[in-house]
Amino acid sequence: SSSDSFRRWLCVQLQYPHVTVIRGYLSAAASLQSSAPKMAELGAGSLLTGDPAFNYQEHELNERLKRLYPAVNEEETPLPRSWSPKDKYSYIGLSQNNLRVHYKGHGKNHKDAASVRATHPIPAACGIYYFEVKIVSKGRDGYMGIGLSAQGVNMNRLPGWDKHSYGYHGDDGHSFCSSGTGQPYGPTFTTGDVIGCCVNLINNTCFYTKNGHSLGVAFTDLPPNLYPTVGLQTPGEIVDANFGQQPFVFDIEDYMSEWRAKIHSMIARFPIGERLGDWQSVLQNMVSSYLVHHGYCATAMAFSRATETMIQEDQTSIKNRQRIQKLVLAGRVGEAIDATQQLYPGLLEHNPNLLFMLKCRQFVEMVNGTDSEVRCFSVHSPKSQDSYPGSPNLSPRHGATNAHVHNTGADSPTCSNGVTPTNKNKSHNKYTGVSSASSSPSSSPSSVNYSESNSTDSTKSQPHSATSNQETSDSEMEIEAEHYSNGVTESSTRIMNGTYKHQEILQADDSSVDDSCSSRQLCGGNQAATERMIQFGRELQALSEQLCRQYGKNATHKKMLQDAFSLLAYSDPWNCPVGQQLDPMQREAICSALNSAILESQNLPKQPPLMLALGQATECVQLMARVRSGSCSFARVDNFLH
Amino acid sequence: MMACLLEAPLRISVLSEVTATSRHYVDRLFDPDPQNVLQGVIDMKNAVIGNNRQKANLIVLGAVPRLLYLLQQSSSSLELRTECAVVLGSLAMGTENNIKSLVDCHIIPALLQGLLCSDLIFIEACLRCLRTVFISPVTPVQLLYTDPTVIPHLMSLLSRSQHTQEYITQIFAHCCKTPEHQTVLFNHGAIQNIAPLLISPSFKVRMQALKCFSVLAYENAQVSMTLVNVLVDGEQLSQVFVRMMQRDKPIEMQLTAAKCLTYMCRAGAIRTDDNCIVLKTLPCLVRMCSKERLLEERVEGAETLAYLMEPDIELQRIASVTDHLVSMLADYFKYPSSVSAITDIKRLDHDLKHAHELRQAAFKLYASLGSNDEDIRKKITETENMMDRIVSGLSESSIKVRLAAVRCLHSLSRSVQQLRTSFHDHAVWKPLMKLLQNAPDEVLVMASSTLCNLLLEFSPSKEPILESGVIELLCSLTQSDSPALRVNGIWALMNMAFQADQKVKVEIVRALGTEQLFRLLSDPDTNVLMKTLGLLRNLLSTRPHIDQVMSSHGKQIMQAVTLILEGEHSIEVKEQTLCILANIADGNTAKELIMTNDDMLQKIKYYMGHSNVKLQLAATFCISNLIWNEEDGEELRTRGSCGGSQERQDKLRDMGFVDILHKLTQASDPNLCDRAKTAMQQYLA
Repeated sequence: SSSDSFRRWLCVQLQYPHVTVIRGYLSAAASLQSSAPKMAELGAGSLLTGDPAFNYQEHELNERLKRLYPAVNEEETPLPRSWSPKDKYSYIGLSQNNLRVHYKGHGKNHKDAASVRATHPIPAACGIYYFEVKIVSKGRDGYMGIGLSAQGVNMNRLPGWDKHSYGYHGDDGHSFCSSGTGQPYGPTFTTGDVIGCCVNLINNTCFYTKNGHSLGVAFTDLPPNLYPTVGLQTPGEIVDANFGQQPFVFDIEDYMSEWRAKIHSMIARFPIGERLGDWQSVLQNMVSSYLVHHGYCATAMAFSRATETMIQEDQTSIKNRQRIQKLVLAGRVGEAIDATQQLYPGLLEHNPNLLFMLKCRQFVEMVNGTDSEVRCFSVHSPKSQDSYPGSPNLSPRHGATNAHVHNTGADSPTCSNGVTPTNKNKSHNKYTGVSSASSSPSSSPSSVNYSESNSTDSTKSQPHSATSNQETSDSEMEIEAEHYSNGVTESSTRIMNGTYKHQEILQADDSSVDDSCSSRQLCGGNQAATERMIQFGRELQALSEQLCRQYGKNATHKKMLQDAFSLLAYSDPWNCPVGQQLDPMQREAICSALNSAILESQNLPKQPPLMLALGQATECVQLMARVRSGSCSFARVDNFLH
Repeated sequence: MMACLLEAPLRISVLSEVTATSRHYVDRLFDPDPQNVLQGVIDMKNAVIGNNRQKANLIVLGAVPRLLYLLQQSSSSLELRTECAVVLGSLAMGTENNIKSLVDCHIIPALLQGLLCSDLIFIEACLRCLRTVFISPVTPVQLLYTDPTVIPHLMSLLSRSQHTQEYITQIFAHCCKTPEHQTVLFNHGAIQNIAPLLISPSFKVRMQALKCFSVLAYENAQVSMTLVNVLVDGEQLSQVFVRMMQRDKPIEMQLTAAKCLTYMCRAGAIRTDDNCIVLKTLPCLVRMCSKERLLEERVEGAETLAYLMEPDIELQRIASVTDHLVSMLADYFKYPSSVSAITDIKRLDHDLKHAHELRQAAFKLYASLGSNDEDIRKKITETENMMDRIVSGLSESSIKVRLAAVRCLHSLSRSVQQLRTSFHDHAVWKPLMKLLQNAPDEVLVMASSTLCNLLLEFSPSKEPILESGVIELLCSLTQSDSPALRVNGIWALMNMAFQADQKVKVEIVRALGTEQLFRLLSDPDTNVLMKTLGLLRNLLSTRPHIDQVMSSHGKQIMQAVTLILEGEHSIEVKEQTLCILANIADGNTAKELIMTNDDMLQKIKYYMGHSNVKLQLAATFCISNLIWNEEDGEELRTRGSCGGSQERQDKLRDMGFVDILHKLTQASDPNLCDRAKTAMQQYLA
């Protein structure tokens, strides 16, 4: 059949000559698709094998670290997760996944002291950082020091004795602040005690805890980039670290909540002085321009009447944009292209990249059976094909609350908008080389990093909801990164919105889609439609080649095309590694790109000021982390978006 | 010059104008047209808001009785009655004098009556006014409880609205001052009615409900025991309180929740080792003592913490290492700070007002911290200038500070080491003695109790105190009406007599007088009796002293001993008495007082066969002293008085003591067995 011949052609195009198409089974193409992440998994596998307890602990660790330090971007600044086998004195022995430290020297005098640092320094973006050490055995004399030190500090010493080194010692309860003589600080500690060390990166102080009780500030004016450090000095001394593997004895989250409240109230009470009136009109303009940008025409008009603000764009223009957006979101991309060409002649001609993206999407929608070019063949096609289906999850939200938002989102088909934190997107852009892995559940690019450290399996244990969101943002961001070349907003924020009345567009659709998975067929199962799709595919291929000649090679285009065509390699494209593309949610990115392009052509801002402000704030907070201002941890933009 | 002349009449005219307008407002309340009256009240409402002088004027001009009349008239429209309540509420917001005038006009019963109306708006206006009146310190709390139907009615109004909830709980929180009040509220279902309000959407309601629980639970086991079993929305009340102590909650809420848990713990409803106390309440209260908190919060925090850990050494140990509490408290003595004196008069005023409170709170907390653990006491005395601060605290003008300082001193005086060192170095006995001269009883109790410790044998302060003529003072304490003071007086004398010179002993007996001594031996308070016996025992030690005391007071002492041994007394008292007897038996001449008293010998015999080992031991000890073979004693041999022991031994054998001793050598108690064997050996010798 023509479909099969197309597949063969496709395989050649994709340069997988050995692929033979077998209906009903995942093709070799698919297995090749997922080969990259499999490699990564193997790297991690050696640690994972056969120890479910450790696996569970790793999962706990990741969960806890994510909850405690949400502002930390581990791509840039990994968190300490164990002691470093490389950064220790020879008298120190490590065991139990590098969490247990024991002394193996002679322990005759202070010259036999030995320390070990954690694998990474404490990132400033933690805001407040905490770890605990349990004294398993005090050994002969209990000369144990717990604290912090900078990289390069002599390890043949107890923490606290040298410059940029700080410690609390068990034998006398003294604190040592870069000095050989200690100050009376707290109680002594010994076998069975749990000592905690908390670094406050907002005011650069440190306090310790003993068995869950805060002992008060030990050090002030701490330098940045300190490593958790322990030192031992006599035989038999053994301590266990808890970097988050287990619940802490001290209620660190309660302490954090106090600082979060402090910083939030500081923000809330930020003086605006005389400019109260200005602020109001600025805010009104932000709301108004946001509404206009997304084409909430009636709402925008009502708002401007109530607040007596002006709307720059005229109503017809807003409505035109609204119409085009509706078409894209309904999957009727072909019609959207036509409408755009008719209403904004020359726009797409001047934006060949955008046109190509739209056409790629149109191809995907043809596979989906949604685009009008294939719909016309099957007037009586199953309703399921006609989709902007049941889950109007217009915008994925990122962050810890994801799963929750997704669940509730299904009931509220009105509006949601989300801001995607840059760090994730950025990293995806950076790793576009490996992002073919994006369809595999363990595809977070961080896996590449972690496989070098000892905790590779962390990627494996990321909760599923988060992973799928990353995938979403992944493909979206590729498109976005292509188009927004300007610095700040490029990848920091992105707005999705969806007050589109789906029902309006999908009148025919009142039954559910999801329950008819098995009945979903390529192009709605219509032969003519399939042929049209294949023809369209060839045209698309031709367009790609033409663009290539005209503007040079474009990796993103190539990838996009590859992904789109790959859909045909599977008998059930909806349930295949690249099936994500068929998700109606994927329309949002292209829809917003098109909308921005139209606005730009009308000399209107391609981004609403509200999103610019949000993007700037987000970027600012990230900049704070880089310049080591710890309060960024509690000034997160998403804390203020409800 | 001209300006001055002009100004004076002008001011008068302004004044009279004000009074005239005020009068106009009052006059309108008497207008025959109800519509005009209503408008008049509304205008009055707008005129008095935030205007204290206008309020005072209206009160002077007699607006209150008229407003109350209108409020109570059933012929008045609901709107008018409500507006009247609002105006009265506004008047109550003024000065304390305003409140007094309102209370004098019987506003409380009138408003309480108003609560019987069914209209919610009117009820809320009445409650708002009642709230303002009741939270004033000049309003007698008792007025809430005069009519027994009021509390149940208020309970029933709790369900009406968030406003009624807020006002009523605020009234309860302010008017629950005594155990009787607690009981009344408890019996009318305060706990069940108020508990659900802890999760009200309104912060004010939550806060006032929480305050209610803190006043209800204070020193009240019944309430506290009930509270631990209450569930709020499926959650235990203690957990609700724990959540309210989270560090991002408002300080007022954290502090009040910590108080609730503290009171529940002290009332025995929560164990002191419960995590909600050890890991939550205690750290929360320590945080309240930090410099970042307001002065008022620091005072309350320290006092509550002191109360929480008073009976528990483990909590004291934990608190002593939490957040540098001991040195944090040293800051309490730095008000008013030198900075505030120069820079800011307002702050100086504020600091001065709280300085006493801060100091007494710190002393209380130190007292509580150091009440058991030697290391903590050491840490406290080593805190900057601590002993000096206590010493100067003892002579402060504020009685509260003096009392707290002496409590702190008392707590620290339980340490042998501190008595030997810092107490002596700082001559704390001097201000202490001064404090004892004329002080209220509660200070006297603490001060004399501290003195007891300072008079312990190893205390270097003992000598100078003796020389300062303390004996008379202590003797006068033994005549006090307060049992605590009597105990402390006699206790101090007892400590003083321990291994003392003959001179001191004679002085004690002289100053106290035998009559008083024997009066104390029949004191209804067992503690007093015990310490008096202890004093006797200390007086009757070393042979020459025994003989001397017995030669002058032998008859009375023997009588007293007989009386006690025959009376209904505890084992401890009888043991102590038998020990005295044993001491007497140790004298040379004093022995004869027993040997010639067959009745007494029979008593000793009886106690040797008593079921209580302690009494057997003491009685055996006594007999052992009586039969002691004096040829053993070197000093006696030189004196050459011999032959007495043989006679005594014979007499005692005849009385059957040897048989008893023989039996006791088989006793299961090793001490008793040894003692009996030693005594038997005297016969063999």
